[in-house]
Amino acid sequence: MTDKKIPMTLPRQSATFTNEVNSEIRRAAATGIYDIRGGGAKRRVPNFDDLLFMGASISRYPLEGYREKCETSVTIGGLHAENPIELDIPITIAGMSFGALSGPAKEALGRGASAAGTSTTTGDGGMTPEERGHSTKLVYQYLPSRYGMNPDDLRKADAIEIVVGQGAKPGGGGMLLGQKISDRVAEMRNLPKGIDQRSACRHPDWTGPDDLEIKILELREITGWKVPIYVKVAGARPYYDTTLAIKAGADAIVLDGMQGGTAATQDVFIEHVGQPTLAIIRPAVQALQDLGMHRKVQLILSGGIRSGADVAKAMALGADAVSIGTAAMIAIGDNDPKWEAEYQKLGSTTGAYDDWHEGRDPAGITTQDPELEKRLDPIEGGRRLRNYLKVMTLEAQTIARACGKNHLHNLEPEDLVALTMEAAAMAQVPLAGTEWWPGKPGSSF
Amino acid sequence: MQTFDLEQNGLRALNKALQVTDPASNQTAWEVVNARGSHAIAVGLDAPIEVTVRGSTGYYCGGMNKQATITIDGSAGPGTGENMMSGKIVIEGDASQYLGATAHGGLIVVKGNAASRCGISMKGVDIVVHGNVGHMSAFMAQSGNLVVCGDAGDALGDSCYEARFFVRGKVKSLGADCEKKEMRPEHIEILTRLLAEAGCDAKPEEFTRYGSARKLYNFDVDNAAAY
Repeated sequence: MTDKKIPMTLPRQSATFTNEVNSEIRRAAATGIYDIRGGGAKRRVPNFDDLLFMGASISRYPLEGYREKCETSVTIGGLHAENPIELDIPITIAGMSFGALSGPAKEALGRGASAAGTSTTTGDGGMTPEERGHSTKLVYQYLPSRYGMNPDDLRKADAIEIVVGQGAKPGGGGMLLGQKISDRVAEMRNLPKGIDQRSACRHPDWTGPDDLEIKILELREITGWKVPIYVKVAGARPYYDTTLAIKAGADAIVLDGMQGGTAATQDVFIEHVGQPTLAIIRPAVQALQDLGMHRKVQLILSGGIRSGADVAKAMALGADAVSIGTAAMIAIGDNDPKWEAEYQKLGSTTGAYDDWHEGRDPAGITTQDPELEKRLDPIEGGRRLRNYLKVMTLEAQTIARACGKNHLHNLEPEDLVALTMEAAAMAQVPLAGTEWWPGKPGSSF
Repeated sequence: MQTFDLEQNGLRALNKALQVTDPASNQTAWEVVNARGSHAIAVGLDAPIEVTVRGSTGYYCGGMNKQATITIDGSAGPGTGENMMSGKIVIEGDASQYLGATAHGGLIVVKGNAASRCGISMKGVDIVVHGNVGHMSAFMAQSGNLVVCGDAGDALGDSCYEARFFVRGKVKSLGADCEKKEMRPEHIEILTRLLAEAGCDAKPEEFTRYGSARKLYNFDVDNAAAY
């Protein structure tokens, strides 16, 4: 009798309980605490990759690349402020705190933004002299924690950004863990060294749009009505939040989708609260148009912007400018493959490292460790960021010229089609090959 | 003394005049009339001048004040003295919610009562309330002193850090991580000084000190129920 080999079914992995899901269950069971990390949503959501420009045709003629001008400048805050911000390019650097980021990293962001003719933004921790010194245009965030807030720095700012929400965590505050609280960070925040520092989720002295209007009045009175006041909201209820911010007197709206990063919050918050960037822009633009404020109150879109194509698509859908955070960090050296061996020691890998709250960043960016900080040369980092911003701008111009536009602001929804039903519905542009999108007025779907 | 009619001349003109007042001049005392509950009166001042507001004020009177002494001859609206850096604010009547929110320095005196969230996220200011304070007072208070000559409402000092609270009357309840503390000689000394500066004749020995138990300073899952 011979042995008969029985064919085996291959081991089948669950689509629900994936190895990644199971590893999180085991981690939760072992520690009793939710997973905290930095960055924005990592899940795949409908995004700008789901849109395409159609380019020129017989009915639309293009502009000559390298020859015919395509403007990129943008003015922010001209509605109420005596000194609006004039930017050479419509790509700004988003708010990131000293504390979450190292001093050299903040300096690099300031240098790069200034060299590219754009603004950078403080974060939850106040304004440092280095950051002010290296930023020709600096937006000062006015956050619920008010860490480091003082009238002298307020008056040094080129614009003020009242932060109501953040795309990574709409309705959530923040926590800078004790290991990142150096002497300097502690002093700037009036708190003891080494303790977890909670950043509140709502402002301590106002609630609701009527209060916000009075708060904006107060800030304008303190700064002599000179600088623009932005209001930053998470991509939660973009139509109503934009409407209310305009009603409260904002000069500009910063709208942050769920792919936008954070220094640290719960993974469950990042992945399950908020809306994709693609989904929030049209309702916000609609609110601006309904109030007759489109292009008067500027809309700055953020959350997962990576390339000139993303910039062009955001502007075609109605944004006046975009803001980048995670991409700027990558440009100056975050998650660089040259640190792969060290990422592996930390249980991560290049491209996936997101334990920014732990202060052990091999790239020296999301840390307060004096030795790790030295790994980032702020001059070289600034140069890299400038290059990246220039490339994004050139890319956006390339697309705009191909669509026959002599200014990025002249891009329009009519230039776009969508590759998926979801993207068509969110962006309110036709599904490729059709004249239709879900929810199109007059359609029967 | 300069008299400024707010109704007639407007808020912008008032704040501009106060913000550029030269402390070396002989025009360092101002009286503001017809305040009528206006918001943002005397904000962003940065000189050792004296401003007396006749009547009650709206939101944020004395916001981000440095050096100036501001007297409100009436009651004060929400957020009075918010983010104050130095100087003094005296409220003859009652104060609404968020008094001295995130304020870094100086002294705020309330002759009447203060509403909820008095001293929220205070970062070094001293606040003396002759009467009572409302619920959630000194929420997330970081540093400075809150003196309450009357009673305190629910959840006093919830999630506080290094701020000190002195209460003469009853405390309805303490917030998360806030506890009763020993009153040591240095605290009597602080309290004696603050009561004198606030024109209050209460005796320091009648007060109880409260502050952070420091159990929630670093996240521990075993403390999760306290949050």
